[in-house]
Amino acid sequence: MSQAVVTAGPSEVDALPVGPHAHDTNTGVSNPKLAIWLFISSEALFFGAFISTYFLYRGRDAQYLKGPTPDKLLNIPFTSVTSFVLLMSSLTMVLALAAIQRGDHRRFRIWLLATALFGATFIGGQVFEFTEFYREGLHLSTNMFGTTFFVLTGLHGAHVTMGIIWLLLLWSRSMQGRLPTEKSEAVEIAGLYWHFVDVVWIFIFTAVYLIPTH
Amino acid sequence: MTTVEDATTLVQVPEKRIRILERPRATTGPWSWVTTVDHKKIAIMYGTLALCFFIVGGIEALFIRLQLAQPNGTILSAARYNEFFTMHGTTMVFLLGMPIAAAFGNYLMPLMIGARDVAFPRLNMLGFWVFAFGGLFLYSSFALGGAPDGGWFGYAPLTSTPLAAGYLPGRGADFWCVGLIMLGIGSVATAVNFLVTILNMRAPGMTLMRMPVFVWMILVIAFLTLFAMPPVTAALIMVFMDRNFHTNFFNAAAGGDPLMYQNLFWIFGHPEVYILILPGMGIVSEILPVFSRKPLFGYSIVVFSGIAIGFLGWGVWAHHMFASGLGPVAVSAFGLSTMLIAIPTGVKIFNWLATVWGGAVRLRTPMLFALGFIAQFTIGGLSGVMHSIVPSDTQQTDTYFVVAHFHYVLFGGLVFAVFGGFYYWWPKFFGRMLNEKMGKLNFWLMVIGFNLTFFPMHFLGFEGQPRRTYTYPSGMGWDTLNLLATIGAFIIATSVLVFIVNVIYTARRGERASSDPWDARTLEWSTSSPPPEYNFAVVPVVTSLDDFWHRKYTEDDEGHLVKLPAGGADEAETLPVSFDPHSIHMPSPSYWPLIFAMCLPILGYGFVFKNWWLLGAGVVVGFFGLQGWAIEPSAEPEHSGTEAH
Repeated sequence: MSQAVVTAGPSEVDALPVGPHAHDTNTGVSNPKLAIWLFISSEALFFGAFISTYFLYRGRDAQYLKGPTPDKLLNIPFTSVTSFVLLMSSLTMVLALAAIQRGDHRRFRIWLLATALFGATFIGGQVFEFTEFYREGLHLSTNMFGTTFFVLTGLHGAHVTMGIIWLLLLWSRSMQGRLPTEKSEAVEIAGLYWHFVDVVWIFIFTAVYLIPTH
Repeated sequence: MTTVEDATTLVQVPEKRIRILERPRATTGPWSWVTTVDHKKIAIMYGTLALCFFIVGGIEALFIRLQLAQPNGTILSAARYNEFFTMHGTTMVFLLGMPIAAAFGNYLMPLMIGARDVAFPRLNMLGFWVFAFGGLFLYSSFALGGAPDGGWFGYAPLTSTPLAAGYLPGRGADFWCVGLIMLGIGSVATAVNFLVTILNMRAPGMTLMRMPVFVWMILVIAFLTLFAMPPVTAALIMVFMDRNFHTNFFNAAAGGDPLMYQNLFWIFGHPEVYILILPGMGIVSEILPVFSRKPLFGYSIVVFSGIAIGFLGWGVWAHHMFASGLGPVAVSAFGLSTMLIAIPTGVKIFNWLATVWGGAVRLRTPMLFALGFIAQFTIGGLSGVMHSIVPSDTQQTDTYFVVAHFHYVLFGGLVFAVFGGFYYWWPKFFGRMLNEKMGKLNFWLMVIGFNLTFFPMHFLGFEGQPRRTYTYPSGMGWDTLNLLATIGAFIIATSVLVFIVNVIYTARRGERASSDPWDARTLEWSTSSPPPEYNFAVVPVVTSLDDFWHRKYTEDDEGHLVKLPAGGADEAETLPVSFDPHSIHMPSPSYWPLIFAMCLPILGYGFVFKNWWLLGAGVVVGFFGLQGWAIEPSAEPEHSGTEAH
């Protein structure tokens, strides 16, 4: 990954005290990595808004509640398994990064694919869960739980899907030989996003599945 | 977010290698602008488009004022009036205020910190095009089923009731939700870019506490944008879902809470106010020292006040909701925090006054606008503190008093600062001075017109004239003041016209500007006017606050300024003889951010009209753009080989 700090070109100018070496930044953190951290902080507030909304609306609709209630719908063992798979994908992501950093591109691609596959398993579970709930009569408009559950977990699922696409793009770049070890930071950055999405799921899982309603 | 992984690649070129080819960049012609990644060109595009929207929003305001000039006005229908005040507010906040900050920030921030460009030039380009497409998308609603008409804050459940049975049956509110989400994406991208640039790319010696106040304010508003956009995006998604997919977020009949919308919106909305005004404060903090020939009084205090405003800005949002029945505890707390935020603001005003005090003041046009800013912003600030008194606020809510207040801070404040900034930096932007006589005419017309328009509104508000109401009966005692306000609005329009004439006139006949026509203090004046594409031939080394000033002047024993012999010389004279500008490798122009930005309006129309084909097309275009962006190197490689990926 080339760095963004500029130094003057010609050697005559280089001889002057013109500045840092080509790989320095003022903070010591590379530009792309700083950018993804800032982006993640912004995303945290996005999910924060939806999770707070979920909490504020929990159980508020008791007197209006139509349709199936969360305690009848939620299949906690099933979602625990898919959640576990998602959390394990963070482990495989770490292994993928470690592999590319030590130059083991074959293992890197294996772990990267495993991460994407675990993510896809989680999304598959979510699709199954959504269709199940829909069949049992929970729609977006049925009650407050339908509204908040589908939108909150759906937006998270969309983020996981984006992450999977990102991982697959990295995988295809690696297959073309365009992701050398020096550029492992691209993987690290995708990893930061991936871990963030996992961490968000821990909060959502706790909020929606573990804290009992009513 | 594959985008962030490609850093600006400004590669150090081995000096042995002589560049034979020109960079693949048309330096003139429309295409060079469409594909540019140069922060200065992007800034000029931001500024131009923001000014166009300023004029459009201004014309809407003129129609509003014509309608209200007399009782029982008939120029606009009630429905059209709703569209006009909604689009006037939306335009001035999202299509003037924020992009004009991006314009000044883009042009000046890298120059002021001694950088050659922003951290991510293509992300910068994306930010501009998202703004452009987002603005056009919003305005296309006039032709495609009605413009937004629910106010610039689009309160639920007015906006959120389902489309067919709703209070706002047109497509306007959908355009509004989707358009604002789109503009938010662009703003966050730009904020990330600015933050990384300021935190990571300062010239050697440019510590944070040596940065110009303007850069500090850009840093603060970038943080505010980063954290304020997500909650409003969430709120807009909820409104859109309620309207189109019958969710219950703000449907009280199903347990939803309309107050939730107000909370989410104003958690964004109040920091947004500071996003709009802090750049203005930054501009004024640059102008005043130069035209007083004194350093800014209490630099660090001004900086910390700006930061304090940034933090406190998160704790005052509910003062927009005092009339909604939050209960005495919440209301008192927010009343107090609102009083508190007046302190850092007041500190700044005193620092500005102390800067001017005892200085060798030159009353040139930029200085006039800066002084106008201080006077009018203070009036707006004082009426703002009045709103922290809750019973008084409850009385003023939704009256013209509020309209008077926020126009004093945003027009009397921000717009005056922006015009001051134009007159001050125009020579740097375009290499020509704006005409001083027309500038003064522009200023005085604007001061008179502005105060004539908005000062009477304080009294109209006290007398109970409600906002957002398309007409009023005669005999309320509002006739004269309303007529005065309308006359004032047309005087403002004349002043803007004078500015445009000034721009056109000086483009041909304007006096050519030297690199430092104002004898200024900050780094942007150390390079030529306009600056070369690479900004600085030699990256400056900074040793103090106002470094450029100290290169020009020193003080004798009695504290008088003494000009240093070689100070402030054009950089061309101090360059190494063999300097070759082509040896500085700048990022190359690109199509991909433009292509990626195009996917947003396509997706937007897809969502508004629930058209799956458009949604699919948007996804394809977006994916195509991102993929091309990810693969393309930021700068064209100088030589085949290792750098190519």
